[in-house]
Amino acid sequence: MAIVYKAPNALCDVPMHYCPGCTHGIAHRLVAEAIDELEIEGKTIGVSPVGCAYNNYLYFNCDMIQAAHGRAPAVATGVKRCLPENVVFTYQGDGDLAAIGTAEIVHAATRGENITVIFINNTIYGMTSGQMAPTTLVGQVTTTTPYGRDAKYSGYPIRVSEMLATLEGPAYIERVSMHDVKNIKKAKAAVKKAFKVQMAGKGFSLVEILSTCPTNWGLNPVESLKRIENDMIPHYPLGVFVGADLEV
Amino acid sequence: MGQKLLMKGNEVIAEAAIRAGCRHYFGYPITPQTELMHYMAKKLPKIGGVFMQAESEVAAINMVYGAASTGKRVMTSSSSPGISLKQEGISYISGAQLPAVIVNIMRGGPGLGGIQPSQSDYFQATKGGGHGDYHMVVLAPASVQELYDMTVEAFNIADRYRIMTMILGDGVLGQMMEVVNFRDEEKNETFNKSWAANGHENKREHNMITSIHLDPAVLEQWNIGFQNKYKLISENEQRYELYNCEDAEIILVAYGSVARICKGVIKEAAEQGIKLGLIRPITLFPFPVKGFEKVMDIPKAFLTVEMSAGQMVEDVRLTVNGRKPVYFTGRMGGMIPTVNNIMTKVMEIKENNK
Repeated sequence: MAIVYKAPNALCDVPMHYCPGCTHGIAHRLVAEAIDELEIEGKTIGVSPVGCAYNNYLYFNCDMIQAAHGRAPAVATGVKRCLPENVVFTYQGDGDLAAIGTAEIVHAATRGENITVIFINNTIYGMTSGQMAPTTLVGQVTTTTPYGRDAKYSGYPIRVSEMLATLEGPAYIERVSMHDVKNIKKAKAAVKKAFKVQMAGKGFSLVEILSTCPTNWGLNPVESLKRIENDMIPHYPLGVFVGADLEV
Repeated sequence: MGQKLLMKGNEVIAEAAIRAGCRHYFGYPITPQTELMHYMAKKLPKIGGVFMQAESEVAAINMVYGAASTGKRVMTSSSSPGISLKQEGISYISGAQLPAVIVNIMRGGPGLGGIQPSQSDYFQATKGGGHGDYHMVVLAPASVQELYDMTVEAFNIADRYRIMTMILGDGVLGQMMEVVNFRDEEKNETFNKSWAANGHENKREHNMITSIHLDPAVLEQWNIGFQNKYKLISENEQRYELYNCEDAEIILVAYGSVARICKGVIKEAAEQGIKLGLIRPITLFPFPVKGFEKVMDIPKAFLTVEMSAGQMVEDVRLTVNGRKPVYFTGRMGGMIPTVNNIMTKVMEIKENNK
């Protein structure tokens, strides 16, 4: 019998700890498929974040480094500057990248650091149980905005891709979504392109992936996918912000 | 043959690191260590290395974390307030057991403090500084020649034990110029770094560099491993200088540039017929208890001299453990103890121990 579908080699054969309906697992698979298809597992070094994906160093089959909260772009910079011929990526959530790690991501981007950033935006802190993230939508209820995020009190959500797109360093920035198959396929293409941009030496690449957090949103998996489409995409429009014409 | 040069302390550290095989430096400007990074900025790109001015000390130490993960020799440097910012990364580097070298050219604190020399980061350097039960190896040079020798040695120690090693100097050492004898070639040891995250090339299992272990039983085992390593380092690596200790009435204890002032005190005292000796800790962690044991029976008392409110003196008291009186004198805030300051204290101790 012909095998038509199998787990990517770049994923370890271990159970993942993610909640039912969480799209981290799909995002991991997309990264692993891209690594397989580009045949770069042996030369790839990944950097794990702090947050729900803190131990994805156990899930990816390439060499992995676990970083402090928000510091993954700095750690990846250290790796890439030592091993410029290798492929280096970070995998970070929105609390990690857009709050505590704002300085590191902005400066890695403006340096045009030749790394790839997989940025999971689910508008909430997952690991620490549902606090407001910098990406939390106005009005969204979280454990630290129990009456809904009030912009006058807690400010506005950050659009990371648009903000980084104002810099000259990035070569490729795209926002994609996990809410249906069509968009997951687009996300896969974006992740693969981001790695190819790096391999071509073009500079900083980032894919922002709109993701779910059913547990902390208090929604079931299907409702969670709908929330991406109905609530998140209007504030976080999908598309390519830098490098639309870039051929790699 | 070697080469004899008149050079500034900070620049000598940089040159020594390059000679030790360090090709990756990540830093952030701060007085009084900035010449070190200027030197790296000039030299490293010319020899195929990487000099990087990070956006902050926090980023710089995390770049070191990444670079050290690949197994390359890597260094960062700063001064007191900047070292405080690096504590997060130092704890992670220690938890992940990565070899790296860090330089602290101390200035007066707390807070932004001042830019004049100080030794008030002794606790931070030797007791951990960041969170968790960890230590760095801490080397305390007292001359520009020692800045050279110990920087080279710091890289070997770091690699030998997979540990962060700190060169703890002060603004006097960083800024002073002295003659240095450079060797033609360094004895850079080579180490097996099969643990490094540098791409497995499909030839081995994937390597994972991490400091997180959520199972407390596992984390305890890691900590036991760290403590065993520190014990081994303490057995193997204690360094100290004993100076003029035979028949000394009082033995001074001082490290770094203060130890040199103390040698001036010993000379001054000898002219007045007072016999003083000196223990100069060269490793601050591990603390050189072996040196103290060698001279414990000799003096009537020990006098610790520091550019701080009295930090190392706590380790001296733990080591002496009540067997002899231990006194302290020091200056703070960037003020340097004078021979007269120290002699006044010596006379007071003599009076107390008649």
